[in-house]
Amino acid sequence: MNKDILLQQLSDLFRDVLDNNTIVLDDKTTAKDVDEWDSLSHIQLVVAIEKKFKIKFSSAEIQNWQNVGQMAESIIKKLAI
Amino acid sequence: MIVIPTYSELKKNAKLDNEEYKRIKVAILGDTSTQFLTIALKGFANQYKLSLDIFEADFNQIDRQVFDKSSDLYAFAPQIIILFHAAEKMLLRFYKNDVEEKTRFGANHIQLVANLYDTLSSNIGCKVIYYNLCEINNSILGNYANKTTASFIYQLRKINFELMNLAEAKQDLFICDICALQAQIGRSVSFAQSIYINTDMVLSLDLVPLIAKNTMDIIACMYGRMIKCIVLDLDNTLWGGVIGDDGIENIQIGNLGIGKAFTEFQYWLKNLKERGILLAVCSKNTEAVAKGAFKEHPDMVLQLEDFCVFVANWENKSDNMRYIQSVLNIGFDSMVFLDDNPFERNMVRENIKDILVPELPEDPALYIDYLCTMNLFEVTGLSIEDTQRTALYQEDAQRAILQRSFTNELSYLASLEMVSEVDVFNSFNIPRVAQLSQRSNQFNLRTVRYSESDIVRMAANSTYVTFTYTLQDKFGDNGLICVVIMRKESEQQLFIDSWFMSCRVLKRSMEQFTLNTLVKYAMQNGYTQIIGEYIPTAKNDLVKDHYAQLGFTAHDNKWLLLVNDYEEKKTYIKSKIKIYEQRYFTATTE
Repeated sequence: MNKDILLQQLSDLFRDVLDNNTIVLDDKTTAKDVDEWDSLSHIQLVVAIEKKFKIKFSSAEIQNWQNVGQMAESIIKKLAI
Repeated sequence: MIVIPTYSELKKNAKLDNEEYKRIKVAILGDTSTQFLTIALKGFANQYKLSLDIFEADFNQIDRQVFDKSSDLYAFAPQIIILFHAAEKMLLRFYKNDVEEKTRFGANHIQLVANLYDTLSSNIGCKVIYYNLCEINNSILGNYANKTTASFIYQLRKINFELMNLAEAKQDLFICDICALQAQIGRSVSFAQSIYINTDMVLSLDLVPLIAKNTMDIIACMYGRMIKCIVLDLDNTLWGGVIGDDGIENIQIGNLGIGKAFTEFQYWLKNLKERGILLAVCSKNTEAVAKGAFKEHPDMVLQLEDFCVFVANWENKSDNMRYIQSVLNIGFDSMVFLDDNPFERNMVRENIKDILVPELPEDPALYIDYLCTMNLFEVTGLSIEDTQRTALYQEDAQRAILQRSFTNELSYLASLEMVSEVDVFNSFNIPRVAQLSQRSNQFNLRTVRYSESDIVRMAANSTYVTFTYTLQDKFGDNGLICVVIMRKESEQQLFIDSWFMSCRVLKRSMEQFTLNTLVKYAMQNGYTQIIGEYIPTAKNDLVKDHYAQLGFTAHDNKWLLLVNDYEEKKTYIKSKIKIYEQRYFTATTE
């Protein structure tokens, strides 16, 4: 999947889950850049992504993402298999 | 399966807190993180028009918060405490035990829960909701685990079983059966290992809304929200086919066609009726044809006498629903309407605010499962009255017929030959008093809800004077239908803390009769003033002029009656004095 399209889809998903229509994600976005993105809503995001793309993240993946770019790469890798 | 709001929807609902909703203080203590649960509970509470003020302890502090009386929990003084020991944490503790301890694991845990409850109950006097354990099989012993007390699954199931016994013994302990909820959706959906490893949360986002719903069902029921009546369509709801077209011999019930589905549905409804839920019929049919099905079809499980009201005609269903509601005199929000026809469902839903109209599945074989997952019939206690309720409402219908034959209301009342037994709270009537306190919405002057344990405490406290009233007449015995609790404010003054009555006995001069006994008590015990108070709720408009009509005068936002100026009210009820009453009255014969 094309990363730009994925980032667009992730932005929509973040807006819905976090109830904030101004969110625009790029590769370098981190939790610090989005007010509503705390440890609790992070879990909501993970579950929402898993459901939307019908994938499952490993326990380690959930911990290790440094930014949205890495999160997107995880998703692309899983979708490619 | 029913559509339950998702966690995201509940999170949005949680923000729609309304200041007019009743506020309830709830504490949640868990040994794992409970943040999702807190938000989901708030979301559901708003849906039930309740507002939760939640105290969430840092996790893993259950023992400290409960056993240390200087803890934040005691400062918060909750009305309800939710205790949640996660099975995953229990399993970790179980592993560390030696074999000898393993066989005592369940018993020890039950002892802990009992201690927690007793400490909370005696120090805070709150209600406790305890989550039972979701089943986890650790496969250490294979299926042999079912053959030895040393297995985790044995100890876990023992805990779940003993929790039921404990709850039966402890009045204010309620079990929320999350084990059954996990079974409903499956462990693979109810538990997300990766999230547990990362966050210490054991409930998945799919399970949280279900648990929140069931918890709120229990809480809302404690505060008077309950279904009292099911109104049923007939064709394709209680049997397959259309009786008017197909004929009685061709409707599907029993062995014909998919009749088995309807037979089982009728058994389910009959058991609800036997535990106190009223059944009524609202059907588009010719009355004689509809009733004929119950009288003549050999496979019919429900019988005509199982219904408190039977309406079969060709009028529109909203009007018929209003008629049924007026006969039963209960709120629409305590009624549920079951009909296979989406048109009728929409019509009733749109015209009658507050009534619950489930979107029944198309396949009648799925009715029961669907309605079971809705958990419509939550109850916090049972009394003997429950089993007799349908008969009571049927007697009401007979009274209504008699009443129509009298042009004069008073001669009708005189013809009823009414007798009331006046008593104090005692071990025989306490369950019914508590139940009436939970169920009465319209004739309830202050709407303070009391549980059985509250009633027991008041019965033993000499600051309170308690009165219960039954009412019987020539048609039958209504049982205990009215309760008054008065508090001694001073040597001169009594305050009516509670006055609630079943709406079934409205307009029978019961209010006047009740006041006569209160004044009699006041006079004989040297009190000169009785103070009453009306606290408005969404439902008790009926009694807003209650005290004015009984001759009380407005006084500091309350109502005052001067005992010495009182003239005994005319009633049509004879009083029957019980032995207990001698505590209050000097003996008189009436």
